[in-house]
Amino acid sequence: MLRMANLTQERIVLVLALALTAVFAVSLPGFLTAENLLALVRSVSVLGVLGIAMALVVIGRGIDLSLVAVMAVSLAWTLHLVTTGMPLGVALMLGLGFCLLSGVITGFLVAYVEIPAIFATLAMGTFIYGFGRYFLITLDVVYLPDAARSIMWIGSGSFMGIPVPVLVFGGICLLGALFLRYVKTGRYIRAIGDNPLAARITGIPVRPVIVMQYALSGLVGFVAGLVTATSVASMNIRVANSTFVYDVILVVVLGGIGLSGGKGGIRNVIVGTLLIGVLINGMTIMDVQYTIQNVIKSLILLAAIVADTIINPRDEQTAQQGDI
Amino acid sequence: MKGITALLAAAIIMSTSTMAAAAGIDDPARASHYEVFKGKRVVFIPIAMGFDLTEGWAAGIRSALEPLGVKFDIRDPNWNTDAGAQAITSLIAEKPDAIVVHNPDVQSYARLLKRAEEAGIYVIQVNMRSSYSTDGFAGADYVGMGERIANRLIEKCSPANGGNGKIAIMQGVLTAAASAYQMKGLDNVLSKNPQMKVVSNQAADWDATKARSIMATVLQQHPDLCGGVGFWDVMDVGTGAAIREANKKVYWITQGGGNQAACDNLNKDLYSEVVSYDVPAQARDIANIIQTLFQNKPKPGATKTTLFSPLTFINKENMKPGACWTLETKK
Repeated sequence: MLRMANLTQERIVLVLALALTAVFAVSLPGFLTAENLLALVRSVSVLGVLGIAMALVVIGRGIDLSLVAVMAVSLAWTLHLVTTGMPLGVALMLGLGFCLLSGVITGFLVAYVEIPAIFATLAMGTFIYGFGRYFLITLDVVYLPDAARSIMWIGSGSFMGIPVPVLVFGGICLLGALFLRYVKTGRYIRAIGDNPLAARITGIPVRPVIVMQYALSGLVGFVAGLVTATSVASMNIRVANSTFVYDVILVVVLGGIGLSGGKGGIRNVIVGTLLIGVLINGMTIMDVQYTIQNVIKSLILLAAIVADTIINPRDEQTAQQGDI
Repeated sequence: MKGITALLAAAIIMSTSTMAAAAGIDDPARASHYEVFKGKRVVFIPIAMGFDLTEGWAAGIRSALEPLGVKFDIRDPNWNTDAGAQAITSLIAEKPDAIVVHNPDVQSYARLLKRAEEAGIYVIQVNMRSSYSTDGFAGADYVGMGERIANRLIEKCSPANGGNGKIAIMQGVLTAAASAYQMKGLDNVLSKNPQMKVVSNQAADWDATKARSIMATVLQQHPDLCGGVGFWDVMDVGTGAAIREANKKVYWITQGGGNQAACDNLNKDLYSEVVSYDVPAQARDIANIIQTLFQNKPKPGATKTTLFSPLTFINKENMKPGACWTLETKK
C-alpha cells in the first residue's frame, strides 16, 4: 500500500511533470524529441540556476528578493564597462565584485542589523536597480559589445550537442548539492534554517554564515546573468522590475522547499524547474497566448500546494515559527 | 510698349528691394511669435525613460522647444502604469500648457487624457495611441504598417514566390497599441491570403529572453519556418539569437525607432529587415504640433491632428551610412 507520508510535495510535482510530459508526448508531435527536450531544459536553465541561488537562501530561512536586480545590474554594468573600453577580464571581475558586495551588504543587514530578510532584500533590490540605472549605466538595454564576443559561448555555444546553458545549470546543481551535503558551512545553512537558536547554542557562527549565504546567492546570480546576457547578446535591466523573481520563488516553493527553512535540497529545485519548463514548452507548441500561459502556470502551482496541504496537513509538529 | 513698362516696373521693384535689404526690415511675425512661447511649459510622460525611443523623443522635443523659451519637463513612471496615471492626475492640477503622452496600452490613460483636455491642457500622444484621440498624435500608422509587413512577408514566403508560407508573429504586450493595431493590419492582408500559415503567434512581453525561448521552441516544431515579424527590434535580438543558434534561415522583419543598434544588428544578420519609424522625425512632428497649437490657440480638444510617420524598410542591401541615428548626435 502506498504510504501517504511518502508523497512529499517534491514527488507530487515530479509525478505531475511526468504526467504532463506523457500527455504532451502523445498529443503533440515533435514534443518528445531529443532536440525539443534540450530546448526545453535550455529555456529554463537560467530560471533553474537562479532557483539554486534562491534555494540556498531559503533553506537558511531567508529569502532573496534582490537576486534578479543584482544579476541584471552587475551584468549590464560589466557590458557597459567593456563598451567604454575596459578589458573584458577586469570588467568581469568588477561585475562579480559588485555581486559579492551587494550580497555581503544584504547579509549584513539581515544578520547583524536583524532586519527581516524579506524587507531587507526587497529594499536592496530596489536600491541596486536604482543605483545601477542612475550611476552605472545610461540606457535600460546594454548590448554586448564586439570586445566581449569571446564569452558568447556561455549562452550560445554547445558542447557535444548539449547547449552550454544546460551544462551550466547541471554544474551549478552538482556544486550546490555537494556544498549542502559535504561542506561544513553548507550543513550549517541547513541547521540555521531549521532552528537558528539551537544552531547558535551548538556553536555555529550564525551571523557570518548568513552573510555568506547572501554573498553566495549573489555569486550564483552573476553566473545566471552571464548566461542570460550571452544568450541574447544584451542585458535589459528592466527584468529587475518584472515578476521574474517571483517565478524563481515559484520554482523553489513548487519543488517543495518550505519557506520556513531547513527543508529540501537541490533536487527540489530541479523538479520544480522541469515542471515549469514542460508547461511553458508545451503551451508554446500549442500556441497558447502568453496571458493564458500565466493563468495556467499559477493554477498548476495552486494545485500543487493544495495537494500538498491535503496529503501533508500541517500540525503542531510540522508547523514552524516564522513560516510565511 | 507693354513689355517695356513691365521691365521698368521690375527694375524699380528690384532696386527698392535691394535698398530695403541693405537697411534690413523687421519680420512682422517674429516678435509676436516668440512672445507666444514665453513661460510655456510642456511635460513628457513616457512609459519609461532609458531606452532609445523615449530618450530620442525627449532629446528631440527639448532641442526644438527650449530655444523658444519653453520649459520642458519629464515625469518618468518607469514602466509603472499606475505611476504614469498618477503623474497625469497631478499634472491636471498643475496645469502645464501641454503634455506629451506615450501610452502603455490603449485603455489605461484614455479617461485621464480627456480630463486633461477639459482642464485646458493640450494633449499630444506619441507613437502608441490610446482609444481616446486628443489634440495631436505623432507616430506610426500601425494598421498600415501591419499591412505592409504582411505584404512583404508574402513577397518573401508565399508558395508562389518559392517559400512555404509558414510565418511566425512575435508580439510585445497584447494590449499595447503597437501590438493590437498592427495585428489588425496583419490580419487584413493575411486573411485574404490563405496560402500563408501563421504557425505561431505569441507575445514576448517586450523581453528578449522570452522571445529567445519562444522562437527556440517554435523552430523545434517548424524547422522549415520561412519568415516572420517581431514588434520591436530590442526584443527581437532574442528572436534572432534563437534563429542563429538553430542555424536556420528565417526572413525575420522587425521594427523600431531606427536606432543605430538596429542597423548594427542587421549587419550582424540578427534579423533580415528593420521597419523604422524614425524617432528624430517623430520628435520634430511632436514639437511642430505643439508649436502650431500654441500659436493658433484652439480650445484643447477642439482640433485633432494626426501625423503618421513615414516608414522605411531597411535591409542589408539598401542600408546606407546614416540610415540609423545615434542618441549622442541628438543630445
